[in-house]
Amino acid sequence: MWDGEAAWAALPTVLEGFGITLVATVLGFGVALLLGLVLALVGRAAPRWVAGPVNAAAAFVRSTPLLVQLFAAWVLVPALDALVLGVLVLGVHYAAYLSEVYRTGIDSVPKGQWEACTALSLPRRRVWRAVVLPQAVRNVLPPLGNYAVSMFKETPLLSVITVHEMFHEASSFGSTHFAYLESFTLAAAVFLLASWPTSVLVRRLEARLAKGA
Amino acid sequence: MRREPEDTVAGPEDGVAGTVEAVRFDRVTKRFGEHTVLDGLDLAVGRGERVTLIGPSGSGKTTILRLLMTLERVTEGVIHVAGEPYSHMPSGHGERGAGAGPGGPDPKAGLVPASERYLAARRRGIGMVFQHFNLFPHMSVLENVVEAPVHVLREGKEAAAARARELLGMVGLADKVDARPTRLSGGQQQRVAIARALAMRPEILLLDEVTSALDPELVAEVLDVLRDVARATDITLLCVTHEMGFARDVSDRILMFDRGRIVESGRADQLLDEPTHERTRAFLRAVR
Ligand SMILES: Nc1ncnc2c1ncn2[C@@H]1O[C@H](COP(=O)(O)OP(=O)(O)O)[C@@H](O)[C@H]1O
Ligand SMILES: [Mg+2]
Repeated sequence: MWDGEAAWAALPTVLEGFGITLVATVLGFGVALLLGLVLALVGRAAPRWVAGPVNAAAAFVRSTPLLVQLFAAWVLVPALDALVLGVLVLGVHYAAYLSEVYRTGIDSVPKGQWEACTALSLPRRRVWRAVVLPQAVRNVLPPLGNYAVSMFKETPLLSVITVHEMFHEASSFGSTHFAYLESFTLAAAVFLLASWPTSVLVRRLEARLAKGA
Repeated sequence: MRREPEDTVAGPEDGVAGTVEAVRFDRVTKRFGEHTVLDGLDLAVGRGERVTLIGPSGSGKTTILRLLMTLERVTEGVIHVAGEPYSHMPSGHGERGAGAGPGGPDPKAGLVPASERYLAARRRGIGMVFQHFNLFPHMSVLENVVEAPVHVLREGKEAAAARARELLGMVGLADKVDARPTRLSGGQQQRVAIARALAMRPEILLLDEVTSALDPELVAEVLDVLRDVARATDITLLCVTHEMGFARDVSDRILMFDRGRIVESGRADQLLDEPTHERTRAFLRAVR
């Protein structure tokens, strides 16, 4: 049954794993934010012979499981450090989704905003940077937040390519100390403690934006 | 020709003022699919002239302004601005070879449709105020006005801000510089939009039903500002409005449109007081 001492002993290991989980999430989401933006811009503004293949690649990534992508990358690029590889695969996988989110955001910017930019002769770059993207991103902050939470919750998959994230650490502690119940309960509690407040924040943000604050 | 002169609000020091047309439509046709909105329109506007376009909804007034702002492209014909081709460019201008027409009276002889790059340089002299303001909601009032002078005219931030404050003072919004546009009334927003357009020092200002979206009690404050602009500058004005009092006050000439054609044109008081065409009379009865 529940062994308080074992749980106490597992805590440092689990927290260390949590550190890696956080790093993977933050870096992975950073990659996804940037790459997703690039994908959205290419899909919107690049000539068709560039946009077509890029959109197809993104659709392909969206339609295959993250787990499969992790394994495939691990097999194809064995030289890369597992964490680096994990961050990249997470980033690319989520970028394929975030590009759609960005696109929705860009489409939500009214036509009149573009026309005002033309009337002011603003250069294309400036139109995107100063007018369209700030409004587009603002309009999609809640879905972006939700994807961040969901990426966080998917990091245990990285354990299959030997990244020492929290689930991996909990699992190895469990097997060496015969304390799966304690170590997994701790890991679950940490996930809950971290993602619940974040979800609440995202929902608040959503409500605030809906009010047009 | 790539660069517009920096100071372009006033015209007289240009030397050629009055001698060159600000705008000329040369047999301009605009179609949306099968629907012909403008059909071989000829129209000339002198430098500093104030022209008001009136006519029933759907007659093509907005399309004329949008063509000038390059928000639409002509289907046929050529638009000239300040004596130079505008919707088109000389075929030697770089991109694309000439599709030189069959000479003679072809307005397009030696011209090809303007490239985006050509337009980017030439549209700077033209500003537009829209029916629905189209202010940037995520920027403060001051940032709205400063944006283009800083990033298009390359004015210094300080100088641009100082001039923006001056313009905002002129439109009666000196105390709103830090406000978000969404916190302002429609009339205030439209006055910001006017200041924003003027900050680019346009030679030609296009006004498309700028009071149509406003509550009636807010119309006067916007029209008063525009009367001031008309009085204090010699900017060329092309204006679409249903406010006949305003049209009378500011216009040198009023053009009555119907179905993409000019039905009648004349001095403001003349056209409003003694319209000769039955369509004009019917229209004026309807809007009064
Ligand atoms: N982007 C467009 N696509 C199709 N039809 C259009 C478009 N813009 C305008 N039109 C049509 O062109 C005609 C003239 O419109 P417009 O210039 O806005 O008239 P006005 O400003 O005089 O009311 C209308 O019949 C309108 O439906
Ligand atoms: Mg109109």
